[in-house]
Formats: sequence, C-alpha cells, structure tokens
Amino acid sequence: MVDKSLELFDCGHRACGGCGPALLARLILKGAGEDTIIVASTGCMEVFSTPYPETAWKVPWIHSLFENAAAVASGVEASLKHNNRTEKVICICGDGATFDIGMLCISGAFERGHDITYICYDNEAYMNTGIQRSGATPYDASTTTSPAGRLSMGNSRPKKDLPQILNAHGASYVATASVAYPMDVMKKVEKAVNTPGACYLQVHAPCSTGWGFDGSKTIEIGKQAIECGLWVNYEMENGELTKAKKVRRVPVEGYLKAQKRFRHLFKPQPVTEEIAKIQAIADANAVKYGIDIQLNE
Amino acid sequence: MLQIMEGSHAVAEAAKLCRPEVVSAYPITPQTHIVERLADFVADGELDAEYICVESELSALSVCLGSSATGSRVYSATSSQGLMLMAEVVFNVAGMRQPIVMSIANRALGAPLSIWNDQQDSISLRDAGWFHLYGEDVQEMTDQHFIAYKAAEQHDVLLPGFVCFDGFILSHTYEPVDIPTQEEIDAFLPPYVPYNKLDAKAPLSMGMYATPDYYMEFRYETDAALQRAGDAISAAGKEFGEMFGRDYSTHTESYRMDDADVAFVALGSICGTVKDAIDEMRADGIKAGLVKIRTLRPFPAEEIAKALAGVPTVAVLEKNISLGSAMKGAVGPEVKDAVTGTGIDVYSYIVGLGGRDIRKKDIRGIAALAEKGKGNMFYGLRTEVL
Ligand SMILES: Cc1ncc(C[n+]2csc(CCOP(=O)(O)OP(=O)(O)O)c2C)c(N)n1
Ligand code: SF4
Repeated sequence: MVDKSLELFDCGHRACGGCGPALLARLILKGAGEDTIIVASTGCMEVFSTPYPETAWKVPWIHSLFENAAAVASGVEASLKHNNRTEKVICICGDGATFDIGMLCISGAFERGHDITYICYDNEAYMNTGIQRSGATPYDASTTTSPAGRLSMGNSRPKKDLPQILNAHGASYVATASVAYPMDVMKKVEKAVNTPGACYLQVHAPCSTGWGFDGSKTIEIGKQAIECGLWVNYEMENGELTKAKKVRRVPVEGYLKAQKRFRHLFKPQPVTEEIAKIQAIADANAVKYGIDIQLNE
Repeated sequence: MLQIMEGSHAVAEAAKLCRPEVVSAYPITPQTHIVERLADFVADGELDAEYICVESELSALSVCLGSSATGSRVYSATSSQGLMLMAEVVFNVAGMRQPIVMSIANRALGAPLSIWNDQQDSISLRDAGWFHLYGEDVQEMTDQHFIAYKAAEQHDVLLPGFVCFDGFILSHTYEPVDIPTQEEIDAFLPPYVPYNKLDAKAPLSMGMYATPDYYMEFRYETDAALQRAGDAISAAGKEFGEMFGRDYSTHTESYRMDDADVAFVALGSICGTVKDAIDEMRADGIKAGLVKIRTLRPFPAEEIAKALAGVPTVAVLEKNISLGSAMKGAVGPEVKDAVTGTGIDVYSYIVGLGGRDIRKKDIRGIAALAEKGKGNMFYGLRTEVL
C-alpha cells in the first residue's frame, strides 16, 4: 500500500480554479506513490504544471510532444526493465492526445504490452488551445470548432468508445473513473500500476473554463454526469466487464443545464428532440453497463 | 582483419559493438537490413538490448527518447519518409539534449515515390540540432558510429547525431571492412554516463515549456553545444585514429587540392567517383581537386575556407535541392558563405537525385561549366522528357 498522505503534486501551479485535471494529478500520485515516473503530453496539464523553471511534480516527469507519450513511456519502461529498476511508468494525457493524435503510439504501446499505465484525463475537448472538439467531446457540446449555430447543435458525433478499443488490444485492466469520486480514482490507479502489462484509465475531469461552470462546482458536475448515466464508472479485467457503479438515474437535463457548452439546447427554448437523443445515449449506457439500481435492490 | 561485408551489416556490427541498451526502429528501404541484422543479434543473444518493434518511425524515435532520458544508450536507423515521419521528434530530441545516434541510409523523398538514393532526407533536417556525419565508403560510415556515440555523450555536448550514408550505393554494397573487436570498442567507448536521467530517487522535470523569457537561451545553449560537438567529433576522430589507424580528426578531407584550379565539394559516396574523375582530369592537364565534407553539422566553415584558399572556382555537388532557393543546392550557400570576400566563385550543381547515376564524365562536364562561370543548376537532365 502506498502512503496516501504524501502530496507529490505540489500547489502553486497555474490551473484555473476548480480544474478537474489538476485535482486528478494529485489523486494519481496519491494512488501511485513516489516510485513513479510520469510521461505527459502537450496540453493544459503540462502547461499549468511546468512553466520553466518551475514544476509542480515531485516525481520524475517528462514531456516530449502532443502525440507520443505512449511511445516515450514505452522507451522509459524498456530502459527500466533493462536495468532491473522498479519505478512505475504512468502516462497522463488529455483526451485530444489520447483519442485523436496519440492513437498510433497508444495502439503500438498496448499491442506490445509494455508495463505502463496510461491515464487519460478526459475534459472532453482540447482545452489548452481554446476548447476545440476532440473524439471525446460529447454529442451536442458546443466547442470552438463545433460551435452551436443556426445550422448546428454543436458537436455532431458521439464520444468515441476508447476503453473498448484498448480492451480489444488485450489490455488486462481497463477502467473509467471520475474526479468526483477521489477514493475510487486512487484505488484504480493503484490497481492499474500494480497490474502487469499496459493498463488504461479514463478519468472524467470536469473543466470549469471549457464546459462553462463555476470552479466551485467541479465535483458536483462530475457527480451529475454519473447520476444521469452520461458517464459510467466501470472496470474491465482481462476483457470482461467486472464492475460498474450503479445509480438511481436522473434525467440528463440537470447535468446539461448546469454547463454553458449545452446552453443552446435550452435557450431560447428547449430543443426537446436533441435532449431526447442525449437521454438515449444515457439510456444505452445504462443498458450496456447495467447501472440502473432496480426497485428490489 | 578485413572482412567482405554488406554496408548495412557493417553498420549493424558497429551499432552492436556500441552496446545500446535499447534499439527501436521501423523498417524502410534501404535501411532495413540494418535493423533486421540487429534483431538477429538480439534473438541470438549476441546483443543484450531491448529490441522494441514499433508501429511507426514516430514511435521508434520517441521510444529512443524515453529510454535515453531514463539513462540508456539507444540506437535507431531510418531513411527518407521514415525520417520525415519522425521529424517532430528529431527536433525534440535535440532540444531535450539526448545523445541518441541514428543511422540514415540516405534516400530521396516523395513525391514521386523513390526508394533510391539522394541526400534530401537528412539535409532537410540540417537545422534540427543534431550533428551530421557523412561517410564515403563502408569503412568510414562504420567507424563514424563509434565516433558519433563518443562525441554525443560528452557532457559538454549531449546532443544527438546522424550518421549518414548513401542508400543502396553504400548500404547494399559489399566492401572489405575492418570491424573492431568488442574489447577494442569497449576501450574506446566507455559505458554511457548520463548527465541526468529520470529517476525516482532524484526527481526532476524534463521537457518543460519555456516562455519568451527563457526560450532563446535554450536555443543559444543548443547551438553552443553543437559547435562544441565539432571539437568533440575531432577529438574522438583523432583518438580513433590513434587506436585503429584510421584518422578522422578533421571534418573535411582534401584530395589533390594543391594548385587546383577547380575544386569540387561533395558529401558521401560520390566522392569516390569524383576522385577517379580528378585523376583522369589531372592526367589530361585539368587541375581539379576535391574537398570532401564529413561533418555537415556543425558546418566546418573555417576548415573549408582553408582548404579552398587560392582556388578560383568551386563546384558543389548536391544530392539535394533546396526548392525555390537561388543556388538550388543547400550546401552551396554555406560553402559560398565560408569563402565570402575571397573572390572565389562557388556554384551548386544538382546531381544524382532519386538515384540517378553520376558518371566520371558528368564530373568533367561540371568542371567545364564551372570554369565558364555557369552553375546553380541541374546537371544531367533528360531534356527530352521535360
Ligand atoms: C502536433 C501538434 N499539433 C497540435 C498541437 C497544438 N496543441 C497543443 S495542446 C493541444 C490540445 C490538447 O488537448 P488535450 O489533449 O485534450 O489536453 P487539454 O488541453 O484539454 O488538457 C493542441 C491541439 C501540438 N502541440 N502539436
Ligand atoms: S482550461 Fe480546463 S483543464 Fe485547462 S486548466 Fe482550466 S480548468 Fe483545467
């Protein structure tokens, strides 16, 4: 067991108030402990935590490019292995780096089965460059490259199912989590770093600036996503779904209404058919992962 | 002892003797035989390395970067399109000061697709912060790998290096080559001692971003280190000469330059043909000579100026084209700059692109054009298809 009282991600970094990814960085290191090497991709977290000559990281940390963290981590792991070193290797990358530009390197690293843990902090868009859509952006979210407009309801595609893709690579542990449930995040990080081979964690990390909510509401928003079924916390081990957090689901409206990125669905008046489509995504999640608490439970 | 060996296999032997802990590369013609041979070495237990089969060159060099940053000596090799796919990492590795050595089996860039030789690939990345060595024959390109590691890993250098050699012409040619023994190379090239590395016992952050307050200084330091790499290459080349009898203490090599009226400047395998052409021209009373460039980065301007002093006309043979530039070749302007103010005329001639043969009579033809003051042009075009 690692000492969870250690603070290995220091204060004084430059994230926005209430930044979900910043909170996640701290939780990851609490779950992983001191004997850890972090590989970062270009993005918000890299920028807010390491403006030369300052760093918030109290463990070894390396950033190379936007798209190659999984390959750099493969190299770190190969060198450690060759020298019988015991550090754990963790990639911490945004959803743009993960779902889009980094897919090639990630697929290679997972297929090769390096002993790394790849954690995507999923704030559902490219935040560092000003809130552009990614393959992780949810259906109908307005971003600067998928803006709502007279002819547009925002992002026209549903979120890519990346955990399933990495599961199909034969990863022995694939899980999702949310910064709204910190103990669960730490537990899953600890499990992933102690599972041999390439493991994937995708953590919902609400972004106050990009999603448009007050920085004091990060945890609340995270919880709402889970309570409505648009985000599901689950674990897949050796290809099988082994656990999914059950909820008494509430309609998606509350979650959507709380964020500016979905404002166009309600103003000037509610666009009921679009809201229904989003509700259908949540309903499908509920069936797929079996998260609905039944009356007799 | 001399052995007859394919160029690629000699390079693989050299890489093996340098004891890399991690090898990562992706196959591409004409580099492939090198990495296949290294895979054999690992499979047979002759090389104790992690051999990482990646899905692309982007990952190949990224893997090397990660291993190097963790403290390992690493090796990679590529060509052409592969090098271009790596390009972003190439710049990054130099900025992060990782002493990676990578072989480049020089090959043309598409479009049109061409697997054949020219030097467009490495020359296009001459500003990336790596030092560039070019070999003329199998022996030279083999030896340059030992020198490259030694120079790269000096703590006042800590920069990566390309060892470049012409694809097929050198990579696939069998030549007699002297491969040093492991004991000899161990004596020449001690184990890599990183200046710093990723280590949980001594945490540090690598590859941070720099604001306008700091960025320029990073670039200054990298350039200064690359200039120092020149001295480190010379010193390593001299030491190599003392141990093995083949001296590489200079960045250029002059051939029949005394009293030359026209001098060629060239890189790589073409120098052999040029030397033969010079011998023939001299026999016919044409006083020609050659300055072969072995180190293109850092550019040995002083050495070149010295070698060319007193020669009225210089013809730079370019297996590359800087499309849209005035002289057409990339090397010519640097040679011209090196001799600026001396009154020496310098011209570029684009030759041998995409594997086009360069014959002795072409070399003679170029000398004649240069002496007439005609240059900065393609030589040997098939005008009937234009
Ligand atoms: C090859 C390349 N293309 C584009 C960029 C510009 N860029 C930097 S960060 C970024 C977006 C990062 O998005 P994500 O991974 O989701 O992280 P976030 O900023 O949201 O934390 C982009 C597009 C880049 N650095 N490199
Ligand atoms: S834009 Fe979002 S992810 Fe980036 S620092 Fe601000 S809150 Fe965090």
